[in-house]
Amino acid sequence: MIKLDIQKIRKDFPILNQQVYKKPLVYFDNGATTQKPQTVIDEELKIYTQENSNIHRGVHYLSEQLTQRYEDARKIVQKFINAEHDHEVIFTSGTTESINTIAFSFGEKFIHEDDEIIISALEHHANIVPWQMLCERKKAKLKVIPINEKGELLIDEYQKLISDKTKIIAVNQVSNALGTVNDVKKIIEIAHNKNIPVLIDGAQSVQHEVVDVQELDCDFFVFSGHKLYGPNGIGVLYGKEKWLNEMPPYMTGGEMIKKVTFEKTTFNELPFKFEAGTPNYVSAVGLATAIEYIENIGLENIASYEKELLDYATEKLSSIEGLRIIGTAENKVSVLSFNLDNIHYYDAGMVIDKMGIAVRTGHHCAEPLMDRFNIEGTIRASFSFYNTKEEIDKLYDAILTVKQMFA
Amino acid sequence: MTFKGEKSFFKMTLNEQQDEIIEEFSIFDDWMDKYNYLIELSKDLPEIDPKYKTQQYLIEGCQSKVWLYADLEGDLIKFSADSDAIITKGIAALLVRVLSDQTPADILNNKLYFLDKIGLQQNLSPTRSNGLLAMVKQMKLYAMAYKAKMGN
Repeated sequence: MIKLDIQKIRKDFPILNQQVYKKPLVYFDNGATTQKPQTVIDEELKIYTQENSNIHRGVHYLSEQLTQRYEDARKIVQKFINAEHDHEVIFTSGTTESINTIAFSFGEKFIHEDDEIIISALEHHANIVPWQMLCERKKAKLKVIPINEKGELLIDEYQKLISDKTKIIAVNQVSNALGTVNDVKKIIEIAHNKNIPVLIDGAQSVQHEVVDVQELDCDFFVFSGHKLYGPNGIGVLYGKEKWLNEMPPYMTGGEMIKKVTFEKTTFNELPFKFEAGTPNYVSAVGLATAIEYIENIGLENIASYEKELLDYATEKLSSIEGLRIIGTAENKVSVLSFNLDNIHYYDAGMVIDKMGIAVRTGHHCAEPLMDRFNIEGTIRASFSFYNTKEEIDKLYDAILTVKQMFA
Repeated sequence: MTFKGEKSFFKMTLNEQQDEIIEEFSIFDDWMDKYNYLIELSKDLPEIDPKYKTQQYLIEGCQSKVWLYADLEGDLIKFSADSDAIITKGIAALLVRVLSDQTPADILNNKLYFLDKIGLQQNLSPTRSNGLLAMVKQMKLYAMAYKAKMGN
């Protein structure tokens, strides 16, 4: 493990070096989106100023060069999650589109009346609603793995939910609202004993820990670029070749077509079958650049430092009277969700904002999870490796001010 | 100054209310002072009768909730409101102060400019979804409905 030079790292992120409301910006909304290192910004700028051209179809120089860069980006993602084949990596617009694609395409082919789909109580709306819609279309049933008070999935209950009718299981590896790290390896093992495929939503995990899809043996793995220090509008759908080959396409259009006549259309092979229209090649290359940046720092080093930040923040904030942390799982990433007794999270968030600190308030697109805790929302601080303990001290001071104002 | 009959001598016009609020806020140069003042104002909000604090009168935002009730007294609309968040309640109190005790026509014909002038316009942005933007819309809808009713 290498000790990270945080001050040096912070210089890589130009946005961090600014003041809001005349106070140095403290950015603790990394769970919503992460900031971009200069190298990613430069890469996108370079493509637009020197390399832009539509990919795959062009015979000319620029098109060929950029096609190569796009396919190289796919290989970098493949290596990053250790997929067996590069054509198992589909570029999408983000996690939401990835899940919708699977829910639609897998659902079309494999889900029938009375079938069952299992998700968990920790899911983001993006991993709930596409399955609800599918269940409505196919008259299938949605089942939900419950959690305990700490915000951990109940594996025994999960085992009881599985039946002969279960056709797919979709759970996140890390909860966006609470930071719980789920034992997805175990979840997958249990499902595979019954030959049920599993989708892992990695939107909140890939930026915090090393993911190896072959080791996990997940059937699908999805994540977003913008939460991984990469550009907006790019995401990944990893699927095992055998599933992707069997599934019909989700959207239809440009590159995904092999041959079109008015009688019949033949679809292209993987990965193009799932990449209709002009792909977001600029952001795909930007994502690859972000991955290279992250790997250069080392995800193990990042995880270790972020753990240090989480432990420090948990201890410091726990000392505040009337502060209740929501989500106290044994295994967590650097996300701290909390509420203050008798103070509305929105009031707290408004004041914390004016101290120059960016936190998120509300239900975090996980309303069923909030219902589970009988709350309407929380204040969520999510830390990245470019954050510091001094910044956590500022949050601590801000919370004391909030308490004073609304006492 | 506009005079619209006897009553106007005793009550401020909608824009006079707005200008007075702008004046009050002009002394604050710090955000915390502004928020502290909103917290104070939240206590003055004509509170909604508990019997109207129901789903029917709820304007749900993603960040905070607002309840709004309106009644016609003579030719003036009386608003009362509440919110589960104090700052939202403080801003609701300002909106009620400006728009309550006004005629439907005045509510519909005057622009709300005071929130922008006191730097709180961001609280009415559609993405903020604290219920305040919906509250303003609802207040105008009440005015429209009462105006139609009075026209009959």
